[in-house]
Amino acid sequence: MNKDKARDLFPGALEMMVLRTLKRQPLHGYALAQHIKRTSNDLLQIEEGSLYPALQRLLKLELVKAEWGTSATNRRVRIYRLTAAGAKHLEHEVSKFEQMLEGITRVLAPGESS
Amino acid sequence: MGWFRRAFGRRGIYSELSEEMRAHLDEKVEELVSEGMSRRDAEFAARREFGNLGLIEEDGRAAWRWEVFEDFWADVKYGLRGLRKNLGFTVVALLTISIGIGANAAVFSVVDAVMLRPLRYPNSQELVALRQNAPGAGGLTTFVDGLRLSASMYFTYSEHNRSFQAMGVWAPGSANVTGVGEPEQVDTISVTDGVLEALEVAPAVGRWLSHDDQVPNGPERVMLNYGYWQRKFGGDRTAVGRNILVDSRPKEIVGVLPRGFRIVDGNFDVLLPLSFDRGKATLAGFGYQGIARLKPGVTIAQADGDMTRMLPIWMDTFTNGPGSNPHIYESWKIKPAIRPLKDEVIGNVSDVLWVVMGTIALVMLIACANVTNLFLVRGESRQQEMAVRAALGAGSIRIVRALLVESVMLGLMGGVAGMGIAYGGVKFLMAIGPADLPRLEEITVDWRTLVFGLALSVLSGLLFGLIPALKYGRSRGAALSRAVAGRTTSASRERHRARNILVIGQVAMALVLLVCAGLMIRTFDAMRHVQPGFTDAHSLQLMRIAIPDSLVKEPERVTRLQQAIQDKLAAIQGVQSVAYGSDMPLEGFEAGWDELMAEGQNYPKDEIPPMRLYKFVAPGFFSTAGTRLIAGRDFTWQEIHESRSVLMISDGLAREYWGSPQAAVGKRVREFSSAPWSEVIGVVEDVRENGVQAAPPETVYWPSMGVGLYGSKEVQVVRNVTFVVRSARAGNEGFVEEIRQAVWSVNGNLPVASMQTMQDVYDKSVARTSFTLVMLGIAGAMSIALGVIGIYGVLSYTVSQRRREIGIRLALGAQRENVLGMVLGSGARMALVGVAIGVLIALALTRGMSSLLFGVSAHDPLTFAMVALLLFGVALAACWIPARRATRVDPMVALRYE
Repeated sequence: MNKDKARDLFPGALEMMVLRTLKRQPLHGYALAQHIKRTSNDLLQIEEGSLYPALQRLLKLELVKAEWGTSATNRRVRIYRLTAAGAKHLEHEVSKFEQMLEGITRVLAPGESS
Repeated sequence: MGWFRRAFGRRGIYSELSEEMRAHLDEKVEELVSEGMSRRDAEFAARREFGNLGLIEEDGRAAWRWEVFEDFWADVKYGLRGLRKNLGFTVVALLTISIGIGANAAVFSVVDAVMLRPLRYPNSQELVALRQNAPGAGGLTTFVDGLRLSASMYFTYSEHNRSFQAMGVWAPGSANVTGVGEPEQVDTISVTDGVLEALEVAPAVGRWLSHDDQVPNGPERVMLNYGYWQRKFGGDRTAVGRNILVDSRPKEIVGVLPRGFRIVDGNFDVLLPLSFDRGKATLAGFGYQGIARLKPGVTIAQADGDMTRMLPIWMDTFTNGPGSNPHIYESWKIKPAIRPLKDEVIGNVSDVLWVVMGTIALVMLIACANVTNLFLVRGESRQQEMAVRAALGAGSIRIVRALLVESVMLGLMGGVAGMGIAYGGVKFLMAIGPADLPRLEEITVDWRTLVFGLALSVLSGLLFGLIPALKYGRSRGAALSRAVAGRTTSASRERHRARNILVIGQVAMALVLLVCAGLMIRTFDAMRHVQPGFTDAHSLQLMRIAIPDSLVKEPERVTRLQQAIQDKLAAIQGVQSVAYGSDMPLEGFEAGWDELMAEGQNYPKDEIPPMRLYKFVAPGFFSTAGTRLIAGRDFTWQEIHESRSVLMISDGLAREYWGSPQAAVGKRVREFSSAPWSEVIGVVEDVRENGVQAAPPETVYWPSMGVGLYGSKEVQVVRNVTFVVRSARAGNEGFVEEIRQAVWSVNGNLPVASMQTMQDVYDKSVARTSFTLVMLGIAGAMSIALGVIGIYGVLSYTVSQRRREIGIRLALGAQRENVLGMVLGSGARMALVGVAIGVLIALALTRGMSSLLFGVSAHDPLTFAMVALLLFGVALAACWIPARRATRVDPMVALRYE
């Protein structure tokens, strides 16, 4: 019932990171999770599992595609790949996020106001 | 990922998801193991990192679901399972609801067809009936409910109005049709130019009667009504253009009216043109009903004003003959009272229908209260289930919603069954309903009824689901401990309050219904004790025989023919006596009205004396009908044949003029100042001419043939008469056939119409009352049955809940009588409160039905007392069984039970 709380991030953040990662290269779920964890230097407390509902939502919105394939360790896995719509969406989300971040940063910056 | 897969391939998506998640875990475990962790630790760690597997999977699936709908569907499935599990509960509740909804939908379809739907004419809201009131006109207006229009008014209004697109006048009548099968008397309606134009309905075949057909002494043309055309010509289109003999005169058929066509509520077979001779039109002769179509945007008030403006024009343009003062009618205070045609069609039946609808709605409320109680009782036993659901994290909204879905579903199932009941119910209503119910043929169970039934189902489902849902939806943690611990606690007052209130409400509503039914019974009883002015209605056989002047011209020969028929009828086996007159009481034929002046009294010149009902009778009419002769004597045949100037009057009229019936005999009266005097030879009791509920009119009985009527110096005879045959065989099939043969043996061209017994006439005249009585009776019986079930159910449930407490009381030495008294007392308290509330409501409501009552006050103390006693007694009886059961509680068993 509390989907947003379980994600521990602001809504849409996980999706954004997933899209960004997939833009670099298609990955399967486990590799995706490891990549996000590694690149964020374990700063973000993300349950590995929470990736899957996010992936399902993206699949439904057709921002990513999935195909069954074989992983490096020779397993049957589902490999996710960014679609054109996904790329566009990511661009839009990132610019929105940067704006937001800038706004928040300015407010949080010390001094200046008199 | 197409929509197809999304809609139907979800199972595949779900299994792919779980496979993927399992693969993820496996990979993780492998990796951790390869880093040197034991497999067991690795599995735990992987799970920890991953999170709640079940929840995540459900979250993943949620992305694909139409959530609101699917939760709802889950509630539906859950509710259905609940209903199936409690089959006994479901059946009882369904039965109650479906009967309630069925009865309501049936009555609604009648109310809708008769009162709510517009009339079947184009733009029917523009159609109006031209009514006028004339408070100064004495008896005339009390009888016909308003002053009808005269021919001269028709000319004035149609020539000078500014408000109507079209207007005309019409009058019902009857005519003999010969030449098409057996001679037959048919109902006719005569219409002037303007009536059909106002109604704007296209003919089914042929054309309308046109302006040219309505000139005096013009070509004689008629239209047939659809039913008559089907019956007599088998729907043959070539009937148009043929001639039929109407009252022995050939008339050309020019068209056929569409199916179901009516003018106001009068059903008829043949439509005749009504052509007035403008040169001969007088002010008087108020015998026609007016109909008009308002110009767009003209209100009824404006049209009333328009007619008021035209009344002086009317009095200036026409007269009643040389020497009369046309402005004498100013004393009548004629005032237009135009009303929508729909009101005219519906008439006073709306009172009856609204009372019936209100009654049935009340039964529905009682039924809902009962089902609510059932739900509450069941909710009691489902507390454990609710508490467990709440403890597992279901929000109270979710629980309330699930309970409501369940109850609405039950309501809908009841609605479906109820529509079947409604279908039968409408048939039943039409069978027992008053035969003169307007728009009867328009009543059907259609989509409007379906929508009503559906709305009612949902609404009642919400109604009886809401209280239990709110009550049990809210119970949280505390309830769990209680529920899990079992029912060891004694029932708290709190837990019973809702149910007790419902039972009290049921008793109160049942009381209201029973009081209404009781008042109707008293009304019916009072009506049966009225002396209507005839006796032994079931042994009076009536028939109508008309002798048109095209068949027999001379009045003397008409009387001879009527006498010959009378003699033939008298010779039939089993006939006690036979007579005839212009009509029998309650038959509803258009009566004649005029003034009557007594000798020696002064009448101011500019005022019109009160109008009296005129009837025409042959010798023996009163003794055959059973009308009591109070003073003087009856007519003799010699007086008829010699056209003597004699007459008889009613008791009321005699008292009004001379103080007593005896004093009236021998006095002289006349119709107007230039008419010859007639001698009063006898006085008969007052007759309820217009229904047993209406006051008897002051009546003048003229001989069936005589001189001086309506100002004529020539001999006049009544040609359209009702024959009355007193016989124990009245109504018998063979007897009726013998009567027909007897009439035809005298003259084969005479149709015998309206064969019925006086009892039929009487029943028809009280049909509205008996219909209301039957409906209220049914509603009352249903309400008392439901009320008893309600009280019984609640009390026996309470007793079963209090077994432990009762067991303790008994173990501690309470006497069984005390226990009996305790249970009975709690039942009696509820009943008493319910009765008291019901009496108050009934006092307020019964005033609304006073127009249906007769001979009894809407607050009749006897009815109220009897009903209150009856209901209280029945309620106590319903308490008796659970109370007895309580006394039989074995203390040991009760205590060991938990």
